[in-house]
Amino acid sequence: MAALYNGSSGTFLPVKEGDDAMATVTFDNATRVYPGASKPSVDQLNIEIEDGEFLVLVGPSGCGKSTSLRMLAGLEEVNSGRILIGDRDVTNLSPKDRDVAMVFQNYALYPHMTVADNMGFALKIAGVDKPEIRKRVEEAAKILDLSPFLDRKPKALSGGQRQRVAMGRAIVRSPQVFLMDEPLSNLDAKLRVQTRTQIASLQRRLGVTTVYVTHDQIEAMTMGDRVAVLKDGILQQCDSPRRMYDHPANVFVAGFIGSPAMNLMEAPVTDGGVNLGGHTVPVERDAMKEAGKQVTLGVRPEDLEVAEDGQGLAVTVEVVEELGADAYIYGSTEQKLLAATGENAGEVPFIARVDGRRPPKKGALIHLTPKAGHVHVFNAESGLRIGD
Amino acid sequence: MTLEITTARPDPALLDLPWSTPLEDWPENVLAALPRGISRHVVRFVRWRSLVLAVKEIKADIADREYEMLRSLRRLEVPSVEPFGVVRGRSAGEDGPLDAALITQHLQFSLPYRALFSQALRPDTAVRLMDALALLLVRLHIEGFWWGDVSLSNTLFRRDAGAFAAYLVDAETGELHERLTDGQRAHDLDIAQVNIAGELMDLQAGGHLEGVDPLEVAASIIERYHLLWDELTATERFEAGDRWRVDERIRRLNDLGFDVDELSISTDLGGTELQIQPKVVDAGHHSRRLLQLTGLDVEENQARRLLNDLDSYVATTDQQAADEEIVAHEWLVKVYQPVTRAVPRGMASRLEPAEVFHEVLEHRWYLSERAGRDIPIEAALSDYLRTVLPAKPEEQDVVGVDTIEMPVIARPDSRAD
Repeated sequence: MAALYNGSSGTFLPVKEGDDAMATVTFDNATRVYPGASKPSVDQLNIEIEDGEFLVLVGPSGCGKSTSLRMLAGLEEVNSGRILIGDRDVTNLSPKDRDVAMVFQNYALYPHMTVADNMGFALKIAGVDKPEIRKRVEEAAKILDLSPFLDRKPKALSGGQRQRVAMGRAIVRSPQVFLMDEPLSNLDAKLRVQTRTQIASLQRRLGVTTVYVTHDQIEAMTMGDRVAVLKDGILQQCDSPRRMYDHPANVFVAGFIGSPAMNLMEAPVTDGGVNLGGHTVPVERDAMKEAGKQVTLGVRPEDLEVAEDGQGLAVTVEVVEELGADAYIYGSTEQKLLAATGENAGEVPFIARVDGRRPPKKGALIHLTPKAGHVHVFNAESGLRIGD
Repeated sequence: MTLEITTARPDPALLDLPWSTPLEDWPENVLAALPRGISRHVVRFVRWRSLVLAVKEIKADIADREYEMLRSLRRLEVPSVEPFGVVRGRSAGEDGPLDAALITQHLQFSLPYRALFSQALRPDTAVRLMDALALLLVRLHIEGFWWGDVSLSNTLFRRDAGAFAAYLVDAETGELHERLTDGQRAHDLDIAQVNIAGELMDLQAGGHLEGVDPLEVAASIIERYHLLWDELTATERFEAGDRWRVDERIRRLNDLGFDVDELSISTDLGGTELQIQPKVVDAGHHSRRLLQLTGLDVEENQARRLLNDLDSYVATTDQQAADEEIVAHEWLVKVYQPVTRAVPRGMASRLEPAEVFHEVLEHRWYLSERAGRDIPIEAALSDYLRTVLPAKPEEQDVVGVDTIEMPVIARPDSRAD
């Protein structure tokens, strides 16, 4: 079924003719150790990506997310384990034999060529015949709202349309998998938000399995069907954004995902729960069996309530950030806080979301208690989640 | 925000450039020319003191990264443009902050491919450009550099005794690794093929390319790359008695312009078979030798040409037994310099001196063949200066030909979408 043909930023790939092939992607214990390195950059990675799924690999710098993507692309060797696309073991195939396309890194547009030629020229290299090229270009143009412009020159297009022509170059190749490595990194903040929405909606319309790498957890959470968080080459959790947010598998994920970050603190275990600022936060007894004497307790800023009766964690308000309906307070507390991870790393204040219509004043002492059922408890030593 | 300049050549006059103006609005009086290539970013060429500088507007972190990358490539002695500095903290006052600027020094006597194709060309120019680019890519890959955006637009070409020498201009997407994987090298080649095909098809669509098949030329880079890569890196096995093949391999590499700094030689268990593989090769075999002998710093093929002429000088003056450096100096003063210094000042910016020398030698060969006898170099020189050089274009500061800019990303729409 595969016809030989080419690619975006340059890759030439055999590409499925119809849409019958199941483009799942499987990392099966995939490991990459750089020569001379003491530990793997990617350590026994196991992820199964479904056909048509948008999976985002996210993590701090050096976590192995780009290396994982490049292993799938064929740019990095796989020292042990396997990588499958559909049922095909591609571990030892060259990049162009994998039917994947690295998208969106570095496209030039050619001023003397029509929009149609700009989108389709690379197919000529692989010997795709003219009617087929035209057909694919027209299909891509329809999806990208570029149909009226196909016979014009790029000069006649707006910036956003030119950008879509560049995307068209990747789409006409109809690879089994799109790979994107921080494609938005050189855009300014406003354009980033616009473009990530465009990419996400385009991906959904095309239904092509996509693996996307970013260091930005907000980008990951807003774009991905599922998000895989990596740290030090090890997969921490792979889940839907919702599940990831509500049930972080460990302290690292808890602190990395979410903005503002989850409050994380050491807390002693008591009868029936966890002691927070002298008050017991109830936690299901069964879950606490293996917790030991001390746990790490996590509460998201929006899961806190101001306790009018002086019960709960005492927090001195240092900064009030008013956002209209809501306000965030940043304060200090005697409770020892754990530095969060990733972009939030460093000395952290205690953060709570409060009612924006009557926020406390700067300098005020307030008491906060977690909403029932909205605390996250982690083993103090392993960092693993306790309970559901 | 305050303006912050990082440069290896500190000079306060750099502050006089209009940094608070978006690059695309810079006044014509500071520009060296109006040309712009196909670029994802706004690029302008600026005349500054006696230099021509290329200024590219990009985000500060990317500018810093590319600046450091270009410095690393210079340290590795890979042909690349010289980074000049990064300007950060630019602001247009009320209109807000501006992106940073990466400054590189224009490479004198270099030609963008578009300028080459807009001249009347020898038919094999495209092929010679592919040779040059393939060599550059092999050299980059040997050093562990993955380019990520191999293209004619990101390369400049210098004339090199009838061939071309290629220089890397844009390292924005590049990465330096300890060693490249086969997949990384293959990916760079794929990118090269698509980009070159696109660039040549664009020339064709613009009516600047005749008699050349863009697809064929673009495909040839891969073949040329592999030939060179294999010669430089392949393991060779032979009978232990055929030791001459060690010297033969080294000689072949020298002919290709490479010195062998390290060669691994091993035998099989029985000692009947030898196995050799070059481990460290270093480009610039001829240019290094010429530099040592004469102090002339020229391109590889020019050096080869000059060394050949030096050899025939040694033979015709019967000085084979003399000290090499002394004869080389004599050749420099009696043969080379009289030719290059005869170029009138007004024509000095047309071609580099070593290229003029090469052309004069070519011209002498041509005149001699036509006359059926040896023409002395003096006669060839005066004929060349009268009939050939005046017809040549100025090539010292060619910064491109006028094309439009095609920023694909990084700018909000200025017109309705």
